[in-house]
Amino acid sequence: MSTRWRWIGVLGTVALLASACSGGGTATPSPTVAAPSVAPTEAPSPTEAAPVEIEWYHIQNNDPGKSLWQALADEYTAAHPNVTIKLTVLENEAFKTKLTTLLQQGNVPDLFQTWGGGGLRQQVEAGFVKDISADIAPWASEINAGALSMYEVDGKNYGVPFDLGLVGFWYNTKSFDEAGITTLPATWEEFLAAVETLKAKGITPIALAGKDTWTGAFYWAYLAVRNCGQAGMDKAVVSGDWSDPCFVKAGEDFKQLIDMEPFQEGFLAAPWDGAGSGAAAMATYNGAIQLMGQWLPGTVNANSGGSRPVGEGLGWFPFPSVAGSPGDPFDGLGGGNGFAVGKDAPPETVDFLHYLVSLDAANRWGALGTGILPTTNGSEASTTDPMLTLVLEGRAKAKFVQLYLDQATTPELGGAINEAVATLYAGTGTPQSVVDAISQAAANQ
Amino acid sequence: MGYSVTTTTTGIAVRTRMRPRRGLRSWAGIALFLLPALALYALFVIFPMIQAARYSLYDWNGLKPLTDVVGTANFERALADPVFLGAVGHNALIVILSLVVQIPFALGLALMLNRGMRGRAILRLVFFAPYVIAEVITAIVWNLLLQPNGMAEHFLESIGLGDLYHPWLADPDTVLIAMFFVITWKYFGFHMILLLAGLQGIPRVLDEAAAIDGATRRQAIRYVTLPLLGPTIRVSVFLSVIGSLQLFDLVWVTTRGGPVNASNTMAVYMFDRGFVRFQFGYGSAVAVILFLLCFALALAYQRWVLRRDTDGATTYG
Repeated sequence: MSTRWRWIGVLGTVALLASACSGGGTATPSPTVAAPSVAPTEAPSPTEAAPVEIEWYHIQNNDPGKSLWQALADEYTAAHPNVTIKLTVLENEAFKTKLTTLLQQGNVPDLFQTWGGGGLRQQVEAGFVKDISADIAPWASEINAGALSMYEVDGKNYGVPFDLGLVGFWYNTKSFDEAGITTLPATWEEFLAAVETLKAKGITPIALAGKDTWTGAFYWAYLAVRNCGQAGMDKAVVSGDWSDPCFVKAGEDFKQLIDMEPFQEGFLAAPWDGAGSGAAAMATYNGAIQLMGQWLPGTVNANSGGSRPVGEGLGWFPFPSVAGSPGDPFDGLGGGNGFAVGKDAPPETVDFLHYLVSLDAANRWGALGTGILPTTNGSEASTTDPMLTLVLEGRAKAKFVQLYLDQATTPELGGAINEAVATLYAGTGTPQSVVDAISQAAANQ
Repeated sequence: MGYSVTTTTTGIAVRTRMRPRRGLRSWAGIALFLLPALALYALFVIFPMIQAARYSLYDWNGLKPLTDVVGTANFERALADPVFLGAVGHNALIVILSLVVQIPFALGLALMLNRGMRGRAILRLVFFAPYVIAEVITAIVWNLLLQPNGMAEHFLESIGLGDLYHPWLADPDTVLIAMFFVITWKYFGFHMILLLAGLQGIPRVLDEAAAIDGATRRQAIRYVTLPLLGPTIRVSVFLSVIGSLQLFDLVWVTTRGGPVNASNTMAVYMFDRGFVRFQFGYGSAVAVILFLLCFALALAYQRWVLRRDTDGATTYG
């Protein structure tokens, strides 16, 4: 009899443990990839102007961008009285969580933020996103072709970009002056020489945010773009075959830099933003160079304790060329923002999307100087911020822009790439083992 | 509660005549009290656990339909992944260090504070304070303290020991020890209070009797105090082991398992694979492994270690 009581006690304890231990399990969302709500959409003829509601999710949750989207929506509904736009504005991470839940419920928004690449591919393969190739064909040429191609899955278009940024080398002009570097490095050899010069002058050459492994992966990805060229990158990303020796060569090139020990003290634990971050190192001159996207000037400003106004003392140069590599020396690595159209979206959605990326809207975005670099052809001049103009010039020269690898592939493979590259600069991996780990992760998918 | 079915028919007849209404009423009462808790428990604990076990058999990214059954492939993959095995090793090391360093340390403090000494109320408060602070805040603060150019470095420099500073959290060789230091800082106070409570339950007369019999202070601790403190120590060990196995928040915020997985734990690995890389099937498999480990350990500990403690406390029906 006492045994029974004891076992009840044991079970209670175990159950408590179980609940604590299975945290991941408990939070796993329900699997109901629900049946799509098949609303019979009788295409309303324009003359009838039946009332239409467009559900729109975007992540520009701060002004001035937030107000601009609102203004554009208001203008559109004023011109199309039958259309109402139901706007939901979410912060980046909140949006990702919310969208996953919505999709699992089968509640696909009509128009929503996307970054293209592998994430979009997963949504397309699950049947949540509309093929808009034919709908946008009449005006697709208005959009930067390279940027548009990031929203293609198997040659069909599932989204339209409104922004494309480029990763490049930001540097502290003061540090370069002190080191006497007057010509910006145009080749990898010159870049390594510049690092050597900085080191010799007692200046920490490079700020790296090793805790956020995507920042270190930029180096490897850019060197892969150089060494493999567009054809090599496309092949690897689409087919999952990373065995081309050019990827090992990318690691070897990166290793040359790593072996010079150019990074700030404690870089392996440094996040990209906040206390002790790579951006803070850059802001306090504990690092002369950082390979980062167009958002760096703002982050440096935020991490400088007010000592450095946005863009002050910063310069930019494109990632240098690599001798004997097939890649075009101006090819880029970057990414941006766009909108995807939900599978049950009313036809007006694409027309509204066209309005959002019209030249007028793009010019207004450019003029805000928020770091959104519009992708509508002809809007380039609207960006007047000197830092962003530098990035835009780099983007204009790029015939091909590789989407960030952790965005172009699935979250799974992207995470594995970032982790593998980290072993290289942490000293535990080799150029070959990095490629092996990536191939292994690609095979696991 | 339960009664054995007796062999004689009369016995049963007597019992059924005497006790049916009372039995029914008490069952109804028990059900009434248990129902809300049971319903919540089933909905938010049991059901998700079953779901996790189910997902662990699929290759699932959270978006596509749950159709791709892979059997035990997720488990095989986890058990062959050096990163996961490394995480298991890190958990094991934390468990061992907790038992060898943290609990003896807490015990020593408890013994010290149990004696009448000046300012012990304040000391108790000070030692217990870290436990009250949220894990995330602890992690952020220690991150700031230990980073290059942080407080730790400045402090060491100010006392002329600047050479001792090392970016511990940024070095794969030292990060786990640094994490353990932070864990100990956070939890020793909790174990100390637990053991102090146990010590207060030991009648003082026993100590006095030992003293009269000529036992030294050391002997009194060894032969009187520690054996009587056994049940508390065993509970403390149990909580410490389970806490070490589930270690997540501190690591996630401080290092996110890095650099290069040197401070990865099973729970961090599970979260990263599930919620960062969206491998929900695989992440569920890792969760199931973690659950089974905790489950087996809890059962074994209850069965073989805590048994003698619970024996005395059980209610006989």
